[in-house]
Amino acid sequence: MNAVAGLRRIGLPRLIVHLSVLLICIIWLIPTLGILVTSFRDPAQITSSGWWTAFSSASQTTASRLADPSAARQEGANYVITGSVFEAGQGGTVRAFGTRVAAPAEFQAGQPADLGEGETLIVNEDGSYVYTKNGPFESERGRRVYLTIATPPTFTTQNYNTVLTSQGIGQSFVNSLTVAVPSTIIPILIAAFAAYALSWMEFPGRALIIAMVVGLIVVPLQMSLIPLLRMYNEIGTFFGVPSRSYAGIWLAHSAFGMPLAIYLLRNYIAGLPKEIIESARVDGASDFEIFIRIVLPLSFPALASFSIFQFLWTWNDLLVAMVFLGTNREQLVLTGALNALLGSMGGRWEILTASAFISILVPIIVFFALQRYLVRGLLAGSVKGG
Amino acid sequence: MVSQIVSAVGVVIAGVFACALYYWLSDKLLQIVFPVPKENVRTASVNLNRRAVVRPWLFLGPALILLGVYLVYPVVATFILSFYDRSGESFVGFANYRWALFDDQFRQSIFNNILWLAVVPAACTFFGLVIAVLTDRIWWGNIAKSLVFMPMAISFVGASVIWKFIYEYRGGNETQIGLLNSVVQFFGGNPQVWIAMPFWNNFFLMVILIWIQTGFAMVILSAALRGIPEETIEAAVIDGANGWQIFWKIMVPQIWGTIAVVWTTITILVLKVFDIVLTMTNGQWNTMVLANLMFDWMFRGGGDSGRSAVIALVIMAAVTPIMIWNIRQANKETGGH
Repeated sequence: MNAVAGLRRIGLPRLIVHLSVLLICIIWLIPTLGILVTSFRDPAQITSSGWWTAFSSASQTTASRLADPSAARQEGANYVITGSVFEAGQGGTVRAFGTRVAAPAEFQAGQPADLGEGETLIVNEDGSYVYTKNGPFESERGRRVYLTIATPPTFTTQNYNTVLTSQGIGQSFVNSLTVAVPSTIIPILIAAFAAYALSWMEFPGRALIIAMVVGLIVVPLQMSLIPLLRMYNEIGTFFGVPSRSYAGIWLAHSAFGMPLAIYLLRNYIAGLPKEIIESARVDGASDFEIFIRIVLPLSFPALASFSIFQFLWTWNDLLVAMVFLGTNREQLVLTGALNALLGSMGGRWEILTASAFISILVPIIVFFALQRYLVRGLLAGSVKGG
Repeated sequence: MVSQIVSAVGVVIAGVFACALYYWLSDKLLQIVFPVPKENVRTASVNLNRRAVVRPWLFLGPALILLGVYLVYPVVATFILSFYDRSGESFVGFANYRWALFDDQFRQSIFNNILWLAVVPAACTFFGLVIAVLTDRIWWGNIAKSLVFMPMAISFVGASVIWKFIYEYRGGNETQIGLLNSVVQFFGGNPQVWIAMPFWNNFFLMVILIWIQTGFAMVILSAALRGIPEETIEAAVIDGANGWQIFWKIMVPQIWGTIAVVWTTITILVLKVFDIVLTMTNGQWNTMVLANLMFDWMFRGGGDSGRSAVIALVIMAAVTPIMIWNIRQANKETGGH
């Protein structure tokens, strides 16, 4: 029963639609995928190849030396040297080998190579080799061989260990939570009471306050920063307390989220059925009781929508945190820490990507878990003219 | 760290408790101050009326105080500060405005902001509309929508790291690990330092915001598209309209109001764009925008409140028409009540 069904009947070729949506999804996903993959890669590999090659093995050509002729055993008429081209701890798969620098991949791994003068060499994929000669080996040193080795992709969680402990991202994570959780919960309660008053109580100036709230939704944060910074500094000097504190940023975030909160909640609360509230009043319930017992439980969807907005906004905010909390390492939130790392760790992508991924992890979990409420809140906030 | 978590949890509980306590106590206080005696009907009705007069303000009180201190007062104060010197102490008339008029960096910022305003809302709305139409036609459309919508949850700073990695440039003969340079190289081009190319780098920064905001436009427009009555489409089909005509002549005109809302919402966001520019270039290579210039002047050389107030007022002035329009709409809805 939707308008698009009409288009479907006329129909562009369906395949094109599927392919273009697939293409859009890939384009939208690739940037995030890039840092996710990179954050698990070995720092040396990050700088030597693009992240999109992370899942294929990297081939490289190296040289190795076989064991000394003194290690040769005599088997009938032949002398044999065996061993492994890999040193202890080294791994990989041998693809090809050769004995001349001009042709380092002359022979396939696992196939006997005739080196002339009665010598044959087999290097297997696992690195073990058998070097045979139909007489005693004459040279003093082991023979040099060139190898094409495929190293399997290696992934590590080391980057996460590094940033969480030594780069202060763990501390910042806690700081971000300390900022975001109270900044989400405090304004909801205050806004809900205000929204109830603006929906179900009669008093002079109500229309004016609603208009003011709607107007304040779009007031740019920039307008508030200078006077508030001055005010905070004065309060700090006057009472001898730090001007940049968690309490300060909680109040700031609560106030900045307040207009939208009141607007969204009022839209919802004003739309509750009149009969319920009237009958409760007739039964002698006070406004306080009506609010706590009836309005608050019924408004759960709107409360959830707003709290998701507010949480995402406070968690992702950089400007308010920089102004009201400062850039001290002890109080740095994740976005601030990330910004600082961008300056100091310019090319260290293993650090940047792991930090970035930690900072976007929480919002993304919130997003996928509560997407329904987020969409509902967006529609309530925007379609009705906000 | 543990103590910080404990104290944060404590504050949350205490804060919520204090809020609840305020509302509960103020309600109790109201009942004590204006008692409703059973034996005296006259006093009872007078006091009930008085309670009804006072109670809304008790409910509204905390919200109004927060709005007043953090939003209304600062707007007035910023306006006043714009006429004062850098420390906000002596009156300088229009000197700060005159400075803005002739400052190169300010002009650059205005130009860049206009560029952002011209590109980002249009691009987001266009892509959002296209993706909404396409995803509504396929069975896995909701999954696709989620993926396009997801960047909405990512912070601007996080998104900047993500895209900086795409624009990454490595000099000399090093392997290009940035996706964009690698693609350019694949097609035979030369790798570039994308974010340091004056003028064009603005567009590379805009891509980030478009990537984030298209999902928002898509969600809202998709809901509006579903609200179109099917009869209008069927009538057009019977009249022999093709898909293209139906889209442009039947569907788009019916969601025109929603398109306007999406456009203005993103416009407001663009006017305030700050994090992306700060983290990507910090205004270097001619990418400065108003919000960043303002922040810069707030702290540059000990801070200049006069000049940064002027810049804030310019942003405010740009938002004002939208604000007035919103208030009018809201008044229409509530019927002035």
